[in-house]
Amino acid sequence: MIEALASLGRSGLAALASLGRAHLLLLGIIAGLPSLLLRPRLLIMQLFGIGVLSVLIVVVSGLFVGMVLGLQGHYVLSQFGASESLGVTVAASLVRELGPVVTALLVAGRAGSALTAEIGLMKATEQLSGLEMMAVDPVKRVLTPRFFGGLLAMPLLAAMFSAVGVIGGWFVGVGLLGVDDGAFWSQMQAKIDLHEDVVNGVIKSVVFGFVVTWIALYEGYDAMPTAAGVSRATTRTVVHSSLAVLGLDFVLTALMFGD
Amino acid sequence: MGQGRPDPEPTPVRPAAGPAGDVLVRIRGLRFSRGSQTIFDDVDLDIRRGLVTAIMGPSGTGKTTLLKLISGQLHPDAGTVEVDGQDVHRLSRRDLYRLRTRMGMLFQSGALLTDLSVFENVAFPLREHARLPEPLLRKLVLMKLEAVGLRGAARLMPSELSGGMARRVALARAVALDPMMIMYDEPFTGQDPISMGVLVALIRQLNDASGLTSIVVSHDVRETAGISDYLYIIANGRVMCGGTPAQVEADDSRWVRQFMDGLPDGPVRYHYPAEPLEQDLLGGPRR
Amino acid sequence: MARMRTVELLVGIFMAAGFVALFFLAMKVSNLSTAADGDGYLLTARFENIGSLKVRSPVTMAGVRIGRVDSIGFDQDTYQAVVRLRIDQDYDRIPSDTFANIFTAGLLGEQYIGLDPGASEDYLRGGDRIEFTQSALVLERMIGQFLFSKAEGGDK
Repeated sequence: MIEALASLGRSGLAALASLGRAHLLLLGIIAGLPSLLLRPRLLIMQLFGIGVLSVLIVVVSGLFVGMVLGLQGHYVLSQFGASESLGVTVAASLVRELGPVVTALLVAGRAGSALTAEIGLMKATEQLSGLEMMAVDPVKRVLTPRFFGGLLAMPLLAAMFSAVGVIGGWFVGVGLLGVDDGAFWSQMQAKIDLHEDVVNGVIKSVVFGFVVTWIALYEGYDAMPTAAGVSRATTRTVVHSSLAVLGLDFVLTALMFGD
Repeated sequence: MGQGRPDPEPTPVRPAAGPAGDVLVRIRGLRFSRGSQTIFDDVDLDIRRGLVTAIMGPSGTGKTTLLKLISGQLHPDAGTVEVDGQDVHRLSRRDLYRLRTRMGMLFQSGALLTDLSVFENVAFPLREHARLPEPLLRKLVLMKLEAVGLRGAARLMPSELSGGMARRVALARAVALDPMMIMYDEPFTGQDPISMGVLVALIRQLNDASGLTSIVVSHDVRETAGISDYLYIIANGRVMCGGTPAQVEADDSRWVRQFMDGLPDGPVRYHYPAEPLEQDLLGGPRR
Repeated sequence: MARMRTVELLVGIFMAAGFVALFFLAMKVSNLSTAADGDGYLLTARFENIGSLKVRSPVTMAGVRIGRVDSIGFDQDTYQAVVRLRIDQDYDRIPSDTFANIFTAGLLGEQYIGLDPGASEDYLRGGDRIEFTQSALVLERMIGQFLFSKAEGGDK
């Protein structure tokens, strides 16, 4: 009994210590921004690795999600004779919620786990130590470009997801199910507000980008420098960042779309 | 291979007045532990300029840790480490980084950056710390690669190199900024005889040609003793012995003899501490 | 390095595609092109019941949106809702005897203010009050009236 409590206490303390380390690392990462601006090439490489390489999965997923929204939305709305509102339904769901959230989950899985594995491996093969020995701060050199790459890439990817999704919904709704093309777009344009919907969606995806990239980098940097350690860290990245995204989504939605 | 009484611990050795050359790295009273394990317990070392100094000892005695303590990557629990007159652990971040540009380190695995080519790896420290026009940088890098015999491999990626070649590239990188000292972490481990011979020759040549100071951490007795000017043997967190290779050979303390001659049993026990055999075999099941 | 050039090119395309997507969302999906907030002049109208009218609800005339609800307040002295409307500058010939009604858009839709023009030669200026208003239709009251009138008719 006492053992269980003690072990719980230990885990709690370990979690707190981990949280502290993560924040200290974040400070170090952000402190590297000035140096990063002097070497844009590093940022470009990371935008490629995180952004460009995620485009395919994001766009394909967006297309399918949009098409499903079109199908489901039409099914439900036509029962009320409100199938003219399909455009609004699809667009609102995507821009406010599905775009930022699903993109963040996809990126966490694809790019986040890759980042963790990469950093963990660099740690295990002493590359980070080597950089330290060559008087180069590994946090600023390796982690900062990846952090800002992720932060910048996420809103762009989320926008692509939403845009492609709307087109997918249009294709299914107007193209296949016969919803009126004019009504689809005009209702959408009337109801979807730039500030309330689009901008809030962008803000959400920036927050998600921040959190997902931060977790991925921290888990890699903190991983045990062994094969098993790196593999565990990768799993932790995907799990923690997914939970964080969903939890933050609730908080942000309540803040933004509540009264 | 009896299980007799343990040998009495010899008194720790203090550095004697050694061969010529003033002291580049001075370690006094070093204490360091990791968790519950004491790695160094009151260690004194002198590394003299221009010499190849070897630090040897059984596995697990924290030899890599010692290099990290010298470079400031780890902080000791007590004691001082002075490099070129500066107390490493009291330096500001900037000064520490400046000091590190004058130290080169060869890691056990080479630690090359996997996404850069051989050329770019060697060029890395030059690009970071020196403002050189590109043609000059190129010549420098090629010369460093030439010194380790790998100028032809400049375009290869680290994943295409053998272990020995990777280490040589790492060596070229370590000397890129013409440091005042190089630290070698287990350079001979797992090398075939030819690569070993190459590395041994390189270490000696580099040291002499450029007036470098080299610290070689290893447990490869024959190779290391062959090229060193001065030896330290560390065991149980203490310096057991320090002197020229000739002095160490002549030392007849049991610790030194077991290590140098590669004896399976001696002060470093063959058997992991356990109950007597009869008790274990015939006695009841282990609780 | 040819490889670096490719990378740079792809990143450039990626950034451009991202901005195009954002632009698309802003222009084609949202109301950016139809919004015209900010300037305009304010009119006041008082209602007995505004139903579910909200701030930023549309103000229309002949079905065309000419403004938005700017703010909604409550007058404790007269127990009326005080609604301020912001009308676009372009529409400055609204007769002073215009009616302001609260209508519902569609079946489940939100409520908006529809203006029926009067015949006066005087036009409303900033700060003026719309005198003639019709409150929102509240479903319960309608049902109540209907039942009441039914009951009355049944008695005869």
